[in-house]
Amino acid sequence: MDQPDYFSVSRRGVLASGAAGLAAGSISPQVAFAASTPAAERAITMQTVSMRINGKAQTLELDTRTTLLDALREHVKLTGTKKGCDHGQCGACTVIVNGERINSCLSLAVMHEGDEVTTIEGLGTPENLHPMQAAFVKHDGYQCGYCTPGQICSAVSVLKEIADGVPSHVSAELTGPMEASNIEMRERMSGNICRCGAYSNIAEAMAEVAGERA
Amino acid sequence: MKPFSYERVSSPAEAAAAAARAGGAKFIAGGTNLLDLMKLEIETPRHLVDVTGTGLDEITETDEGGLRIGALVSNTALASDERVKRDYAVLSRAIVAGASGQLRNKATTGGNLLQRTRCPYFYDTNQACNKRKPGRGCAAKEGVSRQLGIVGVSDACIATYPGDMAVALRVLDAVVETVKADGTTRAIPLGDFHRLWGDTPHIETVLEPGEMITAVTLPKPLGGTHIYHKVRDRRSYAFALVSVAAVLDADGHGRVAIGGIAPRPWRVEAADAALPDVKVAARALTQGASPTDQNAFKIALVERTLAGVMAKARGEAA
Repeated sequence: MDQPDYFSVSRRGVLASGAAGLAAGSISPQVAFAASTPAAERAITMQTVSMRINGKAQTLELDTRTTLLDALREHVKLTGTKKGCDHGQCGACTVIVNGERINSCLSLAVMHEGDEVTTIEGLGTPENLHPMQAAFVKHDGYQCGYCTPGQICSAVSVLKEIADGVPSHVSAELTGPMEASNIEMRERMSGNICRCGAYSNIAEAMAEVAGERA
Repeated sequence: MKPFSYERVSSPAEAAAAAARAGGAKFIAGGTNLLDLMKLEIETPRHLVDVTGTGLDEITETDEGGLRIGALVSNTALASDERVKRDYAVLSRAIVAGASGQLRNKATTGGNLLQRTRCPYFYDTNQACNKRKPGRGCAAKEGVSRQLGIVGVSDACIATYPGDMAVALRVLDAVVETVKADGTTRAIPLGDFHRLWGDTPHIETVLEPGEMITAVTLPKPLGGTHIYHKVRDRRSYAFALVSVAAVLDADGHGRVAIGGIAPRPWRVEAADAALPDVKVAARALTQGASPTDQNAFKIALVERTLAGVMAKARGEAA
């Protein structure tokens, strides 16, 4: 039996039309904004910022309030990086900036002038997975997948931090080489929450990649 | 988030001048705490001065044999510095006991000292909070106060200074260096940096408006055994209920500072003098405590955590 046309709608399309429905409601965003600032109205400041995202130069004209996360998702349309809590507590928004992982939700986009940003889309492609992406698939390091881009960006950075001698709370010794043990992986990944509870498989995936490199 | 204008500056003097010029300005570096609070409209700066280009991101040796840590040195860089790991291990240990890897990569030495309290009533804008809205009262005293302070607190506010790094800096007798808008500089011992709440819990440090932290200096290494022990409700990525930063010699003499119980890292001269007697030291550290029913356990927890630290210093399993 043929599927009726209305099934051929993407998840993103549904979300987008839902947002449009809200915007068309009785209270416009402008009115809502004015109501929340009864005192002196503040002018919105726009600012230009240039950065390299996944190796590609990008120049963006942004409201200064725009986080790096929103710039990536809403302006550059790289929706692999996810918004979870938007307060630096869950790690879903983790990206790699100048070689270090950060919470992109707690960083203003305009502060990234000249920076090199790597998102999940820049680590690998479906045809050519990054070793960490392949290891997550092999070890089933996810269930719903929402936290996974942040987990993988974090996991890649964790192995680099271990190699660079960055200590963790569970490191027995501060000096000398850091271990890539299971307990180290778990401690170093504590800023990435997975509500499906895939933690043990994530640690296994990381151990495999760490082992291959050792 | 309220709209704000934004500028980048390239020197500390320029930063201080920029902050003085614009009304309602704040400095921003890592931004991990400030931006969080701006999203909740607890912080509402009209202007942000981005100080990340001011070049204060190095750790250098001082003439006195200590270290000068630039205000922009990240938590990760500081905890990973070979000199810090070797000579000021309590500082490395304290830093990696706090936050997450992502946050430590972004958080700076200066900003971390200015981290605001994590009291839930400060964060919830529907609740009364003298720190957020002076004169409105304190919902925490009759509320969920397990995490909150027991010493140095006041009728107006029972919040704690939440950080770990500063507890280690306190035990190391660190000094905060600043520059003011008029270009003058000063050095503030860390023990004098955070104010007790009193009647003005919204004024948290002795910094003047527009005054910027440029560095934190450490005296020459103390030697001894360095320990940071943090007790919390979750094994990782949680704020302290009680933490102990300690530098001890083989006999258990030395110095301790306590985190998680007061508006500032809590260090008491009489407690240091009493070591290695844990009971007397703990009594000195919690003298005059005014806990709530929910956090009175912290008085015993200070003693027990201290006992664990002393055992560890003696080489016993803590």
